[in-house]
Amino acid sequence: MSADLTAAATALADVPHVPGSPKPDPILVADDVTRRFGGMTAVDVGHLEVQRGAITALIGPNGAGKTTLFNLLTGFDQPNSGTWSFEGRSLGGVAAARVARAGMVRTFQLTKALSRMTVIENMLLGGSAQPGEQLWRALVPGLWRSREDELVIKAEELLERFSLLDKREDFAGSLSGGQRKLLEMARALMSDPTMVMLDEPMAGVNPALTQSLLGHIQALRDDGTTVLFVEHDMHMVRHISDWVAVMAEGRLVAEGPPATVMADPAVIDAYLGAHHDTDLGDDALLTDEVAHELEAEALAEAKVRASAEEEVR
Amino acid sequence: MDWTRIFSNVAGELIAPTTAAYALAAVGLNVHFGLTGLLNFGQAGFMLLGAYGFAISTIAGFPVWGATLVAIACSVVFALILGIPTLKLRGDYLAIVTIAAAEIVRIVGRSTALTGLTGASSGLRGDSYKKTFTDLSPLPDGTTSLGPFSYSNNASNSWWIRIVGWAVVLLACWLVWRLLNSPWGRVLKGIREDEDAVRSLGKNVYGYKMQALVLGGVIGALAGVIYVMPRAVQPDSMGRPMTFWVWTILLLGGAATVFGPVLGSMLFWAALMLIKTVGRDLIPSTVMRAEQIEQFGWIVVGVTLMLLVIFRPQGILGDPKELAINVR
Repeated sequence: MSADLTAAATALADVPHVPGSPKPDPILVADDVTRRFGGMTAVDVGHLEVQRGAITALIGPNGAGKTTLFNLLTGFDQPNSGTWSFEGRSLGGVAAARVARAGMVRTFQLTKALSRMTVIENMLLGGSAQPGEQLWRALVPGLWRSREDELVIKAEELLERFSLLDKREDFAGSLSGGQRKLLEMARALMSDPTMVMLDEPMAGVNPALTQSLLGHIQALRDDGTTVLFVEHDMHMVRHISDWVAVMAEGRLVAEGPPATVMADPAVIDAYLGAHHDTDLGDDALLTDEVAHELEAEALAEAKVRASAEEEVR
Repeated sequence: MDWTRIFSNVAGELIAPTTAAYALAAVGLNVHFGLTGLLNFGQAGFMLLGAYGFAISTIAGFPVWGATLVAIACSVVFALILGIPTLKLRGDYLAIVTIAAAEIVRIVGRSTALTGLTGASSGLRGDSYKKTFTDLSPLPDGTTSLGPFSYSNNASNSWWIRIVGWAVVLLACWLVWRLLNSPWGRVLKGIREDEDAVRSLGKNVYGYKMQALVLGGVIGALAGVIYVMPRAVQPDSMGRPMTFWVWTILLLGGAATVFGPVLGSMLFWAALMLIKTVGRDLIPSTVMRAEQIEQFGWIVVGVTLMLLVIFRPQGILGDPKELAINVR
């Protein structure tokens, strides 16, 4: 295992395995980010740092607040409180389009391929610094034609890499679900982002395609792009991520390298519940000590919940 | 039956100033709906504002170019007022706000409090604002016949307004063609498909929607100016029905196409004229009187619009492949 440790994983070797641990070279730093929907706290992250040039996985059971956190960080949702900075620049309350222009580009859990546009049009839309996207300059092709040619070359390279080049002139709506995922990822890369945020890149992708997608994500990291992704597929998380952050009920509950984080009791609790390995038929459970212990635990839990509810009010 | 008269009446509609005005209004609506997906149900409001802006400022002594600038400025302000509160919301809200705002413009225009300015419900007479425009004409006075068409050169329903009107239509078509095939047009198409996706790629969606709303509104205002040239500014003739005829024309020709609105407008008015003239000859007045035949024509328009949306949503010139893909 140690032989094929990546540079990013090596850089993270000395980072303590606790939630909110400081990283040697963080690209994204978030503090006290909360988002409530009515009385429900969807996200309550005290401190989170994401290492530059590494693949960080964000995992957690359903409803843990991973996608909500994504939406907040990329400007698609507004937090109730919190600040975060990207490459030292504060991005709290900044509009989604400006977040993307700052170099943090995201994809969506439900793919947003622009169906009635061709694959190449989809790609070109992702291009940056195209002067022809301004109304007045659009009227004079001489002002944007050369940039357009550059973008076409770049788009074709990316399509080639994602084996979509033969679909160049097809409408995006005619692609399969997996191909749309690929297209969306390729489109996000058109602007050379410093960080890509992938929301469940593997959902609905067939296993054969998964392998090549994994390769693409690792290649991105090797080219110096920071990757943060949300995923449910543990095989994928273990296979490609350098660091894993685990969320449960809106909080960050554990962090660590993929090999060890899965064994963290907090993670197992989050996924399976605290007493998942207790045999309910075991007579030992009937002893007084155990009964008291469980009672005390339940009381403590109820107290925590009550105080949390009060806070909301 | 007098087929030559029917033919020349129908052919006359193809190049009529009204046809040009509606084509232009549909080009403007095409920028809203076809390119950007904005549901503007108040195009008649933009047209009426343009007409008022031009006529009132001409009466106040403005030259033609100045009055045209006033018409454009009115529509820009109107578009900003409509767009600022609604373009951040979902598309349906714009539809509601535009239909209401167009009615407000009409009702305010026809209110007696403004009789001195807008002439209230009787409107502004054509003679009061036409002179500066007809004076620009290089054509000699008199009447010219060209094939079946015979119109005066400069007076009211003239060759001059036809030439200028269709020139503006062609210019607008060129503009849309240029923009449709530019990166700017590509961003608009992206917004039509999925706003959030475009936002995630770093484009300021709100700004683009506003630009489209203003541009289409300005084209609509110019259409209003052309529309009132051979007639008078009558607020009640530029109400909700006008907006829906513009929609019919756009959907008939094909949204998101360059010449769709022009073809749609020609077909629309020619077909209406055909129904009217043939109907008057064939249907005895005991079955339907002349004005009933006119109303019958509009019924046919309504049915056509429904059939179009159901059976050929892409219109005559639209790409069926583009609409064949089920978006949602």
